[in-house]
Amino acid sequence: MKNTLNLTGRNLYDLDDYSVEEIETIFETAKVMKEINKRDYKKIPTLRGKTVVTLFFEDSTRTRISFELAAKRLSADVVSFTSAGSSVKKGEGIQDTVYTLNAMGVDLYIVRHSCPGVPKLVNKYSGKPVLNAGDGRHAHPTQALLDMFSIWEKKGSLKGLKIAIVGDILHSRVVRSNLIGMKKMGANVVVCGPRTLMPPKIDEVYGAQCVYDLDTAIKDADVVMALRMQLERQTEGLFPGLSEFTNRYGLSKKVIRSAKGDVLIMHPGPMNRGVEILPEVADSDHSIIIEQVTNGVAIRMALLFLILGGKPEREVA
Amino acid sequence: MILLKDGQVYLSDKKKFEKADVLIDKKIVKKIAPNIEESKAEIIDCTDKHIFPGFVDLHCHLRDPGYTYKEDIATGAVSAAKGGFTSICCMPNTNPVIDNVSTLNYLMRKARDVGKTKIFAIGAMSKGLEGKEIANIASLVKGGVVGLSDDGNCIQNAKLQLNVMRYGSIYDIPMICHSEDYSLSGDGQVNYGYESTKLGLPGIPTLAEEIMVSRDIMLADVTGTHVHIAHVSTKRTVELVKQAKKEGIRVTAEVTPHHLVLTEKACEDYNTNTKMKPPLRSEQDRQALIEGVLDRTIDVIATDHAPHSDYEKELEFIKAPFGVIGFESAFPVVYTELVKKGIISLELLIDKMTARPAEIIKRDVGLLTEGGSADITIIDLDESYIFDEDEILSKSKNSPFIGKEMSGRILYTICDGKFTWKKA
Repeated sequence: MKNTLNLTGRNLYDLDDYSVEEIETIFETAKVMKEINKRDYKKIPTLRGKTVVTLFFEDSTRTRISFELAAKRLSADVVSFTSAGSSVKKGEGIQDTVYTLNAMGVDLYIVRHSCPGVPKLVNKYSGKPVLNAGDGRHAHPTQALLDMFSIWEKKGSLKGLKIAIVGDILHSRVVRSNLIGMKKMGANVVVCGPRTLMPPKIDEVYGAQCVYDLDTAIKDADVVMALRMQLERQTEGLFPGLSEFTNRYGLSKKVIRSAKGDVLIMHPGPMNRGVEILPEVADSDHSIIIEQVTNGVAIRMALLFLILGGKPEREVA
Repeated sequence: MILLKDGQVYLSDKKKFEKADVLIDKKIVKKIAPNIEESKAEIIDCTDKHIFPGFVDLHCHLRDPGYTYKEDIATGAVSAAKGGFTSICCMPNTNPVIDNVSTLNYLMRKARDVGKTKIFAIGAMSKGLEGKEIANIASLVKGGVVGLSDDGNCIQNAKLQLNVMRYGSIYDIPMICHSEDYSLSGDGQVNYGYESTKLGLPGIPTLAEEIMVSRDIMLADVTGTHVHIAHVSTKRTVELVKQAKKEGIRVTAEVTPHHLVLTEKACEDYNTNTKMKPPLRSEQDRQALIEGVLDRTIDVIATDHAPHSDYEKELEFIKAPFGVIGFESAFPVVYTELVKKGIISLELLIDKMTARPAEIIKRDVGLLTEGGSADITIIDLDESYIFDEDEILSKSKNSPFIGKEMSGRILYTICDGKFTWKKA
């Protein structure tokens, strides 16, 4: 496998500090990992003796399980920390939580927190590499990597593709990381949603096109990604209700028709069937939503492998 | 007696510098003239140094009583003296709140005992800063407050704010308005715009300030009260104040050093010492603030010194409290970034840190004149240094300027004829 770039010891806060070549290295490695995941015996010994902590201050099922499986398949020891039922509930702050865990000998932290910037804080207190598993609405780089990897696998490259991302852009960390990564890989990204759910200056910050009309967004798109719409935005006065949202921004068979014939339909999950995406689209041949989940494990294995300094040729192949 | 020899002296009456000696006798500036001889005086050689009137800060938080783990009157006074301040006005958001005479008396007594810096109190507009009932304004004024403010707890109810101004208008003291519409600022953390999008943090739109400033200006107009807009942070606020002044409405305004020299970009590293209200804004806003200082729309540079302990700031960005300290960096920061770069004149900076704030609180401070009080600060403008966390004398170290290089070293501060700060 190609593995020319050394990512040992790196942090992954977001994709802005990763180059195109580095992202491609991650993809190439993920491809190998994906093969391993198809084996009967889904385990390699590369990270034997390494300890990885999943430090989750916010609820998550798929991301945490995906990371845990990834670490276990590389033979690392995994400890799961969730703030529910921990000393955080007794008032322990993040600084002391990290000091405590670090004193037990941790090699890498996987962090999810509702407040942006916390992964960096964990690195500051631990001195150990940190993988951001989602910090508030700021970033979710491993999700973006698996999204991009899924497209890359199907299309060969992201260069020149039109990718439409639809829904609650304002509160989405998935969008932010994808905008940085997809732009870097040469795609043209269009974001689309109600104006009240659009962050300010998104075009200026990310070089993305921003439209409020779904048909414009989807026309000739190579990829369409729906985002989870959360009902509580209604009580926050940001949009009137789910049915109007679904009528205007829900992905149905009919609206998808104006996209390219081989359009890929994606969703970072968890899905609200019948809200941002109708089952007829989610379960269609165009949908790669389930494969995204499969790829998530491979991408996370690749990252752990590269960052914790696995030796490629000898042990993987 | 103290004799300051051969300094560049800022003469407050002429608003300009002259090379002269300054003779201090007890609490008074006895004489300002070249070549003063006085054998009994302690002589300070001020060659190549600047002698300014002691700075006056219109806006600070001393956290005493109630939050003395952040700051107290003694440490606040010392920190102010180190920054060249000889008079400071502290906000009432203590615990208990300065909305009653006994808390006010505690503050005044302790300030007198400490002595280092002249401390003036700003009383609450509403009881307990709750925005529900008018505070005992008449008693507070009689007790000696120099202004009224619910700083940090902006009164949202327009009717109450109107009545506060109406009730207080007969006392001719400034109503200091921290103008913020909470429905718009909400859970915002940084400026609503480029950085809030990039950082994924909820934003505070400039509108949250501007809508309230509009209201407060209208209330000033209707009641005839002097409204002082605290820490202006946006371009449109500058325009609103400018227009109001043109119409003859009694409005003054202040800006902080951090809003003058930093923008929202400073928040990029999630450094909680860049988190304050109002938030650091865009470069366009910053330029408008400088413009406002230059055309005198903005009257005063005030620190909004807001100490918070390290364990409060060493937190997730969203959990950390708003506010930064400012006494010790105020002059050097503005001097370095605006005066030294030729954007504003030194005379203008001194005016906005001395005579203008003193005028607003109507106290006889901030002037360097013969026969006036001996409140003086002596500064070496050429000395450059790194603003070092270990040298901060405030109890709290939450400054966005830690590690920054700056010019303008405060060598001595003299308050009422006594040294309150000497650079070792």
